[in-house]
Amino acid sequence: MSKILLHDLDHIKEKKLTEQKNYKAMLMVCTGTGCVSAGSFTLYDLLKKELKDRNLEKDFIAVPTGCNGFCAQGPIIVVQPEGILYQKVKENNISEIIEQHLINGKLVEKLMYKDRLSKKPIPKMKDIQFFGKQMLIALRNRGIIDPGNIEDAITRGAYKALSKALTKMKPEEIIKEVKKSAIRGRGGGGFPTGIKWESCYKAAINRKEKPYIVCNGDEGDPGAFMDRSIVEADPHAVIEGMTIGARATGAEEGYVYIRKEYPLALERLRKAINDAKEYGLLGEDILGTGFKFEIKIHQGAGAFVCGESTALMASMEGKAGEPRAKYIHNVEYGYRNKPTILNNVETWANIPVIIDKGAKWFASIGSGDVSESPWNGSTGTKVFSLVGDIVNSGLVEVPMGITLREIIYHIGEGIPNDRKFKAVQTGGPSGGCLPESLLDLPVDFDKLTKAGSMMGSGGMIIMDDRTCMVDVAKYFINFLKDESCGKCIPCREGLILLYEILDNITKGKGQDTDIEIIEQICDTMVNSSLCGLGQTAPNPVLSTLKYFHDEYIDHINNKKCPAGKCKDLIKFEINDNCTGCVLCDKNCPVEAISGELKKKYQIDQTKCIQCGICYDVCKYNAVTIN
Amino acid sequence: MSFVNNDLKKVNKIIKKWNSDNEYVIEMLQDIQDEFRYISKEALEQLNKETKVPLANLYHIATFYKAFSLEPKGKFEIQVCLGTACHVKGSQRVLEAFERELNIKDGETTSNKLFTIEVVRCLGCCSLSSVITIGNDLFGEVRPSQVPKLLKKYI
Repeated sequence: MSKILLHDLDHIKEKKLTEQKNYKAMLMVCTGTGCVSAGSFTLYDLLKKELKDRNLEKDFIAVPTGCNGFCAQGPIIVVQPEGILYQKVKENNISEIIEQHLINGKLVEKLMYKDRLSKKPIPKMKDIQFFGKQMLIALRNRGIIDPGNIEDAITRGAYKALSKALTKMKPEEIIKEVKKSAIRGRGGGGFPTGIKWESCYKAAINRKEKPYIVCNGDEGDPGAFMDRSIVEADPHAVIEGMTIGARATGAEEGYVYIRKEYPLALERLRKAINDAKEYGLLGEDILGTGFKFEIKIHQGAGAFVCGESTALMASMEGKAGEPRAKYIHNVEYGYRNKPTILNNVETWANIPVIIDKGAKWFASIGSGDVSESPWNGSTGTKVFSLVGDIVNSGLVEVPMGITLREIIYHIGEGIPNDRKFKAVQTGGPSGGCLPESLLDLPVDFDKLTKAGSMMGSGGMIIMDDRTCMVDVAKYFINFLKDESCGKCIPCREGLILLYEILDNITKGKGQDTDIEIIEQICDTMVNSSLCGLGQTAPNPVLSTLKYFHDEYIDHINNKKCPAGKCKDLIKFEINDNCTGCVLCDKNCPVEAISGELKKKYQIDQTKCIQCGICYDVCKYNAVTIN
Repeated sequence: MSFVNNDLKKVNKIIKKWNSDNEYVIEMLQDIQDEFRYISKEALEQLNKETKVPLANLYHIATFYKAFSLEPKGKFEIQVCLGTACHVKGSQRVLEAFERELNIKDGETTSNKLFTIEVVRCLGCCSLSSVITIGNDLFGEVRPSQVPKLLKKYI
């Protein structure tokens, strides 16, 4: 492919659309990480082979796509243009889909999603409740394009915004538009992107330096995987966003910092960058306009703190990822000490849409009045990973301002196994746990922060009544204790102390003074840690103390874990439901279970290690946790 | 494990792949880790020679990031995800089941150098929690009772 010019974008689109019209149907096979682990690459290969063997290649085509977000139901195949969704597809279903659906035109009912209450099959993707309230901006191309095919992306409008930014807008106008859209950083901090760009633009002019564009794809928050999905589903959205950022600030070099643990995302991003170069959408003289910009990749090596902006810059320079004091700003002295714009994957993926559809359109979505300042609201959409104890777990993109209840009970369809909702954790390790009484809270940057949690990168972990909140707090503190870089004392020592106290509480060794000491340590950490990691680290403890105070008291005073989670405070016992089926005895790793066949079994508490395997394997609800 | 001439060639090849650019020492170390399953003293010394990054800094990097190990890892690395979603779904007990079955703790390698257990925080497929990987294979919705069966495939 030779380099393309501005008008070629439309030609590619027209050519591709004509090509697509020749097919009676296109089978979109989800190849996001979730579906891949369930075998979707094999399905794709098989489907392609079957279509070829049966001489159906002229009428039908199989397309590998990025993540649809409906991960728990994978592997997923969507038959377009009607949008028929087949879930949990297995290899032996492929010939059925071909014969029954493609050849005979009859839908395969058994592979359809069933409504949870009425059990009625729902053929079309858009009618499934999970997809209904979603609004796709960052994930606009998910499930629709082959992420490895640049022409697919162009057909869906990729690089159209870039050509507008290159030919019809001056750098200042781009910055003004981004500012007016009031988009705030999707990586966690929620800093208004336009203000960041403007500061960098000014710093670059004042210092007569070329700035750098950096994309943060480190995504260290446990429980969040939206950045991975965006890169896997639509890498060109990120490339286009970064190139527009470069045009706005005069940068000529950009970097994507991405985790090595995401091999598929890395592979697709590499291919997308190479394709973009080949098509003349990156490199010298982009689209024949004389503008030049290059993107390179840096691979993260597993350090949560590298999501912190200054630590990320250090890591990109080939050093250990330790943060530095915050009075030096990246927009002035960032990567290689040059003015640098750092935004995360999701933010960059939003930029082309803002330029294409305009700031006014973008700002009309979301909450708050941003006409005076972007700080007054949260505009656009946010991608959340809805996981944990939830019926429809997966990736969802919703307008800002939607309530937690709508996300959890409408899109997520509530808690499985008729359990009771207990808490929702947002914002990763720097966020907090919110209780049932706050379910009607609108989800936006400021409301979440006010409630003691935060937006973070968008992890939303739902917990049912079997989750112990002291254990959850201990879990996060343990995580942060390991991930603290150790440079400043309040964070390093504070986390070790917090962990010890929480560990004692969960072991039934809590003392009356513990809560007071916890609060003092948290206060010190919030006020005197060097970077955001330490300053926000106490959030999981403070929010659980605030909303689940009684649970701490139960652990400390009564030596009880009401949720039945803390091993040292619980006992596994067998009740009268036991049929003597021997399954628990067979699976017990320490031979603590004994009894006679077809009679009630018993657990020897002196041998039991509370591993819970008997509880898992019992089919008669005969094992109880006391 | 001794470092032979051939190993040195491999290290040099990796360094060359990244143009001896000291901004890419983390990537070089990743490749060395992939190739040898650990970072040896000799490899660090060679890196120091070729990139001019001080040995102390290289050691700092090799011990700072989770991906690197100064001890050889087993043939199959078992990554047990303890991300938040997995934790809620009881992955701690999955980890304990692996530790029990293999008689090693997190971070350790079996004496036959077959398995290393490694706790990771989030593999980014939270909808499938609890998630583990063995070598290049990813398994979702793992329960502690399935662990012995999972391991059998690799022995």
